[in-house]
Amino acid sequence: MLILHCPHCDRMVDETDLHAGGEAHVKRFGPGSEAEEFENYLFMRENPKGVHFERWRHVYGCGKWFLAARNTATLEVYGTYSAQTTEPPQAIRDAISAKQPGWSWGTFQ
Amino acid sequence: MKRYSAFAIAREAFRQHSGWTRAWGQAEPKPRYDVIIVGAGGHGLATAYYLGKNFGITNVAVLEKGWLGGGNTGRNTTIIRSNYLQDPSAAIYEKARSLYEGLSQDLNYNVMFSPRGVMMLAQTQHEIRGYQRTVHANNLQGVTTEWISPARVKELCPIMNIDGPRYPVLGALWQARGGTARHDAVAWGYARACADMGMDIIQQCEVTGVTTEAGKVTGVNTTRGDIKCGKLGMVVAGHASVLAQKAGFQLPIESVALQALVSEPIKPCMDVVVMANTVHGYMSQSDKGEMVIGGGTDGYNNYTQRGSFHHIEETVRALVETFPIVGRLKMLRQWGGIVDVTGDRSPILSKTPVEGIFVNCGWGTGGFKAIPGSGWAMAELMAKGASPLTEEFSMNRFRHGKFIDESVAAGVAH
Ligand SMILES: Cc1cc2nc3c(=O)[nH]c(=O)nc-3n(C[C@H](O)[C@H](O)[C@H](O)COP(=O)(O)OP(=O)(O)OC[C@H]3O[C@@H](n4cnc5c(N)ncnc54)[C@H](O)[C@@H]3O)c2cc1C
Ligand SMILES: [Zn+2]
Repeated sequence: MLILHCPHCDRMVDETDLHAGGEAHVKRFGPGSEAEEFENYLFMRENPKGVHFERWRHVYGCGKWFLAARNTATLEVYGTYSAQTTEPPQAIRDAISAKQPGWSWGTFQ
Repeated sequence: MKRYSAFAIAREAFRQHSGWTRAWGQAEPKPRYDVIIVGAGGHGLATAYYLGKNFGITNVAVLEKGWLGGGNTGRNTTIIRSNYLQDPSAAIYEKARSLYEGLSQDLNYNVMFSPRGVMMLAQTQHEIRGYQRTVHANNLQGVTTEWISPARVKELCPIMNIDGPRYPVLGALWQARGGTARHDAVAWGYARACADMGMDIIQQCEVTGVTTEAGKVTGVNTTRGDIKCGKLGMVVAGHASVLAQKAGFQLPIESVALQALVSEPIKPCMDVVVMANTVHGYMSQSDKGEMVIGGGTDGYNNYTQRGSFHHIEETVRALVETFPIVGRLKMLRQWGGIVDVTGDRSPILSKTPVEGIFVNCGWGTGGFKAIPGSGWAMAELMAKGASPLTEEFSMNRFRHGKFIDESVAAGVAH
């Protein structure tokens, strides 16, 4: 059972109270964009075996979205953070680097 | 290869079974092959088999990081059906189902194909309309399915409770020629036939890199050395994104865990496959007597081949109303596989941005049923550069918005 910290409620929440929302930090495109940009935004995914950033919603709690940094190969959780950001905060990156030196994900490292 | 037959069993019985030969050899990697297939699951092995059988291409190696059939092929619940909604799906899944009918003879290996019939229950008004539409589509596609009444459902599967309070059974989509097969045997049968054609099946050999020259594939790096190739087929299911990245492109795939479980063996009580998509559960009985049960996928990206226990609980809970017998069953084993899910829930059989590399993935939760058809089509794609069966399954369909939207037909993972 996956347990994540909801940054809004400031408490540990187990997976049954959460809804997984897929990849985080997806760059969005609107009307008038190229087919390839829509393809990247809507369908292409990092899907790494290792460090992953993703969206979660505390559905059966505060109902709010937050982001998590997790490892898909070990199920380790590096931390969670506010969804109101376009990139993972430094503290999260440092927490990952401490355990996975040299990691990268999309354009982040 | 010594052929398997009733006579061979009798002959070996008289000499203490000393005359059986290995089904496939322990091959050492050669420096170069015309074609390398990565992944010795059902789809990879079937691709190799039809490359040899249909196109005479036998200088082929199948590279496998673990053991042959140890991926999703050896972890699935073996439901075979072809009652899909969209024409391209019906074509490739029906090709597969019809090849399954003669597969044991073709491979000279008993894959235990059992066309016992597959029933998809309608438990809401919405499902009634959806499945009746599928029956009409199937009739036009030449796939034999029918809409059956609740009374007929009960007749075909007496252990079912059709008037449960929450989800009564309102009818079903019935494909009499669907069923199950032995998953390991499908992998083993193809492997044996490939080895017999002189192909190398190399296990414990992980592909760690892909080498290219001027946009064209030249070979792979593996844990057992570098190997050159003319063409490369990537058929690695849950690891498709990881391998594509090594070749420098991205795929519209997410990898998640799908779990299943079996009960202790009980007396024969159910000779059809039943799927209940609204409540997310399905069940059949194996030849050993175990009730084989599956449900929906876990929600998040995962490569660990295990999922969260509450999904098991949800699946079993979903089935208890319709199958009261489940409430008294002891469960024996539970496991997971990593399935490769695309945006439209349909597979990808496609050329890639790298010349000479072809990809076959995205079968997600339901690719066992497709193995022979997928291998057939993929072999044609790799040998000739195009195949009528794969045309619509190109990875570019996401760019052009030409989806093959089967998320409704798939409903529950199977
Ligand atoms: C629990 C469960 C139940 C299912 N139930 C059904 C069902 O009832 N009916 C149905 O039709 N389908 C079902 N499926 C789906 C089905 O199992 C898959 O779609 C199908 O088996 C995929 O076959 P494959 O050959 O593509 O992949 P796999 O059998 O997974 O083979 C891929 C192989 O590639 C290897 N590999 C990966 N990376 C590398 C590398 N870098 N180098 C070398 N080798 C590598 C892996 O080790 C693996 O052996 C189910 C799946 C699961 C998990
Ligand atoms: Zn919360």
